[in-house]
Amino acid sequence: MSLDKNTVRKIATLARIRVETDALEPLASELNKILGWVEQLNEVDTRGVPPMTSVVETEPFKRADQVDDGNRVEQVLANAPEETNHFFVVPKVIE
Amino acid sequence: MSALIDLTLAEARDGLAAGEFTSVELTEAHIAASEAVRDLNCYILETPEVAREMAQVADIRRGCGDVGLLNGMPIAIKDLFCTMGVQATAGSHILEGFIPPYESTVTRQLWDAGAVMLGKTNLDEFAMGSSNMTSYFGPVMNPWQRAGDPAAKLVPGGSSGGSAAIVAARGALASTGTDTGGSIRQPGSFCGIVGMKPTYGRCSRWGIIAFASSLDQAGPLTRTVRDAAIMLGAMAGHDPKDSTSVNVPVPDYEVAIGGNLKGLKVGVPKEYRFDGLSAEIEALWEKGIGWLKDAGAAIVDISLPHTKYALPAYYIVAPAEASSNLARYDGVRYGLRVDGDTPQEMYENTRGEGFGAEVKRRVLIGTYVLSAGYYDAYYLQAQKVRTRIAQDFHEAWKKVDAILTPTTPNAAFAQGEKMSDPIAMYMNDVLTVPASMSGLPAISVPAGLSADALPLGLHVIGRPFDEKTVFKIGHVIEEAANFTKTPQLIAGDR
Repeated sequence: MSLDKNTVRKIATLARIRVETDALEPLASELNKILGWVEQLNEVDTRGVPPMTSVVETEPFKRADQVDDGNRVEQVLANAPEETNHFFVVPKVIE
Repeated sequence: MSALIDLTLAEARDGLAAGEFTSVELTEAHIAASEAVRDLNCYILETPEVAREMAQVADIRRGCGDVGLLNGMPIAIKDLFCTMGVQATAGSHILEGFIPPYESTVTRQLWDAGAVMLGKTNLDEFAMGSSNMTSYFGPVMNPWQRAGDPAAKLVPGGSSGGSAAIVAARGALASTGTDTGGSIRQPGSFCGIVGMKPTYGRCSRWGIIAFASSLDQAGPLTRTVRDAAIMLGAMAGHDPKDSTSVNVPVPDYEVAIGGNLKGLKVGVPKEYRFDGLSAEIEALWEKGIGWLKDAGAAIVDISLPHTKYALPAYYIVAPAEASSNLARYDGVRYGLRVDGDTPQEMYENTRGEGFGAEVKRRVLIGTYVLSAGYYDAYYLQAQKVRTRIAQDFHEAWKKVDAILTPTTPNAAFAQGEKMSDPIAMYMNDVLTVPASMSGLPAISVPAGLSADALPLGLHVIGRPFDEKTVFKIGHVIEEAANFTKTPQLIAGDR
């Protein structure tokens, strides 16, 4: 599998990262190098092998289902690039 | 000044307890030392005022008999830990100016134990790198220099490069790091200090800016194995706020140190003797095997057949998790915002400008391997290979109690080297990644010098939650190696 310019553009859109058009080609070649290198994983016989879900075998613990924090509007908004009346401000979503 | 900054953490603890000096004096010495080595660029933010206040409180606490495990000890914190009211950047432009309104569990425990914060240390952006070259806040310089070549600026390793360099340069008694694929152990090795990654689940990840959640673990960087044991004792412990934090008691790690290795079996995996390993590192490994034998350990040849697949599997799993974790940086709630006409444009502009080249590369790889049609071929296969790698270790534990390998395939390299080829950079972690993929505890201990007089580390991997054996063997290596050489760029009058 080899990525072309258009696929890289599509991935960048999925990842919400602006990539300038002239950067697509070099990026495709870098990503292809990495993907080519990881191809060797196909040499490993993984028939019947379960995918790793947790490296440490342990009983998951549960805590009581109750609210133990909250009402921190000021702190939640403290780092907001733009806020007004306790809301985050974003560009217009609906015309 | 040199007298106070040359102390180990254990010596400083004893000196404070005996009343030979105060935390204020100890802290002032380290603030001055940190300033003296500012050219190394170890810190993203120095916090001398915070340190002075914490030192005063520590002295008062001592006066009241309220003495924590680290009472009055000045340490540095990797800038991946959220520290309440003090900027946390993860080495990224996208988080520049972010002031966490909360404290990470690990740093909270350190402050509860009485530790003093000197500042937030530099790192590869979002902990992605092995050289500290990907930091938005500039590279860190290794305090070590090649023999006869002081002009070459060397990397400290990464991602915990600032944390390793500041401890090596005597600017802090100890520091915190995080290790996803080798980010504590490799810089420890490059800077001639001890770096310890505990078992996955030993330290809470709550409040640590996430890179790859199934791999990230906090751990200490120190100048001695004993100091690492003391630090880990304060950092570790169960935390209900992290569902992967394991609820098992934290033993007294310091008591594990000392004594011989009679009755212990140490494995030497043949697959770690790969082609790219330098001859001098192989020779050091042989030396290490001899030291462990002399201390009474039985050396056992073992096989970890899937070793060579650990690194490529890591470069699927870690970017996949990173692409998901880093989705939160969208310019809406915190950090950088670069405007756009629509939310979509704003996200793309913000992330395009806020992330550096390596982070973008990994987010794109991660997005690709998780995308429809490729998930099975890449991500699922990598997670199956990961099971194979863990099974290799599981088999090994039937025969041995610990495993000895080198930490890195080479000594520290110069700034700018290996930058044009991402895979050449990734190879730095080839010996540390398998333990990461299996969640195992491991330590790097300085054990010798390369031909051009740079430090080299040996690496001990242990069973899950058996950090004690790792410390015990690490200490034997430390004693036998008698590594006393200090770096050239170091604080204090010499």
